[in-house]
Amino acid sequence: MDNALRELYQEVILDHSRHPRHHGVLQGATHQAEGYNPLCGDRVTVYLKLGDDNRVSDIRFLGKGCAISQASASMMTEMLKGRTGQEADRLMKGFLHLVKGEDASDLPEEDRERLEVMGGISEFPMRVKCATLAWHTYKNAVEEGKKEEGAT
Amino acid sequence: MNAPQKISALFDAERARADFEILSRQVYGKPLVYLDSGASAQKPRIVLDTMRDFAQSEYANVHRGVHFLSAAATDRYEAARRTVQKFLNAAREDEIVFTKGGTEAINLVSYSHLAPRIQPGDEIVLTVMEHHSNIVPWHFLRERAGAVLRWVDVRDDGSLDIEALDAAITPKTRLVAITHMSNVLGTVTPLKEIVARAHAKNVPVLADGCQGAVHEVVDVQALDIDFYAITGHKLYGPTGIGALYAKRAHLKAMRPFNGGGEMIREVAKDRISYADPPARFEAGTPPIIQSIGLATALDYLSAFDRNSVAAHEHDLLTYAREQVGQFNWLRVIGDAPGKGAILSFEAEGMHAHDLATILDREGVAVRAGHHCAQPLMERFGVTSTSRASFALYNTRADVDALIAGLHKARGILV
Repeated sequence: MDNALRELYQEVILDHSRHPRHHGVLQGATHQAEGYNPLCGDRVTVYLKLGDDNRVSDIRFLGKGCAISQASASMMTEMLKGRTGQEADRLMKGFLHLVKGEDASDLPEEDRERLEVMGGISEFPMRVKCATLAWHTYKNAVEEGKKEEGAT
Repeated sequence: MNAPQKISALFDAERARADFEILSRQVYGKPLVYLDSGASAQKPRIVLDTMRDFAQSEYANVHRGVHFLSAAATDRYEAARRTVQKFLNAAREDEIVFTKGGTEAINLVSYSHLAPRIQPGDEIVLTVMEHHSNIVPWHFLRERAGAVLRWVDVRDDGSLDIEALDAAITPKTRLVAITHMSNVLGTVTPLKEIVARAHAKNVPVLADGCQGAVHEVVDVQALDIDFYAITGHKLYGPTGIGALYAKRAHLKAMRPFNGGGEMIREVAKDRISYADPPARFEAGTPPIIQSIGLATALDYLSAFDRNSVAAHEHDLLTYAREQVGQFNWLRVIGDAPGKGAILSFEAEGMHAHDLATILDREGVAVRAGHHCAQPLMERFGVTSTSRASFALYNTRADVDALIAGLHKARGILV
């Protein structure tokens, strides 16, 4: 198989897409948003429990879509859990650079190493949106997805 | 409509392939296998050459100047209209309105024919297999004028239930808007029967012929159809041009669509009168070069025996269908009898976009997604499908490449 494909569909990614982490509805979420990619019809819902400094104390997602979008959402939940809003923003910025093949050296080394498995997507510009859907949805949930008191 | 398979020997696809230079290129170092003609067909050399020659030797604006080139270009433009007329067997050339594509042709009917006469509660009948271009213009009338959309389902094999369609046509129905051939299922609808049933209730019929006109011989007079929309780029012609056929009586009663030059009789500061059809609906400078390209493409297609082209495409569909039918991990969506050469499917454990990405790296271009037919996706309980669509230049070797690519994708993803 050609190298770009091997890079894109490496085992870590396929594993995340087949066995997504933090998958399902989050009871008691404080924030939530739905993301939709009109190009392919893929959907993802991100649920957050945010604490002080917008720290992600818990996160879950529900979604339907391609291997890339599902793996990216799953990895994102692992990466974001426990981060403050500021740390998460930095992570997201670095991730967006990475999948577009741009300089992601401002990411802390440990984060970069973990996210690098998604770097193969930069060879597939038509698929970048699949990888970024969950992240944009997270951002949307933080900024506009605050749930009303008492709602579940 | 499909001729017996043996006849396909009369059509020489390999020879036709040579007319399409793009088919000899490679992608990612692999020979291109183009199975996305349902989205847009490639253009034969003669279409490209003719547009270039026209632009280099006879080009000017049409219907304007008195000078030599303007007259020459006008002649060519109006000759292109007659070519479309002949292709659809319309009775008169002024029943052909050039548009920028099939979408604009349908929007023209929505805006100019139906909008002025629609009342709240009036109904428009359409099927769940319509392309968004034959849905959204009617949604406009629902949103803006209170029209009611009456949806006719398809059977599980993707075929149309004519009785269900008939039952949906009520005294409140103002139009039946239906595809001639589904861009996802390949289902070919029995237009003649549909028109007869609708006319029995005094309801006009619009057909979206963007796919149908490519694969079926269309005779609008024999169909007795009111409106028929085509687009150039799926007919091996250029983008930016399509046409609406409409019966003369309808066109004469329709209000203008775009306003601008060319579509008027007289403009004063406080009054205006409009040109007769088709000019009334062709405001502004039309797609002149594209009209020449479209006419050339129609001549190119018509030079073949259309029945043997259809038989060839059907042979490819059957050949592909038989093979994928053996995969218990693949579900074909759309198996209507007599369907056109489109194969849509869903593969277990392989999302359409992942599959299309892997096929692409093998040089195989297929379409993945909802195909601008979301109500149909909902009907079949999917968010997207993969679609291979076959054209006159495809061969069994293309199908073989598709099948090999499917196995490869399964090896990677599942």
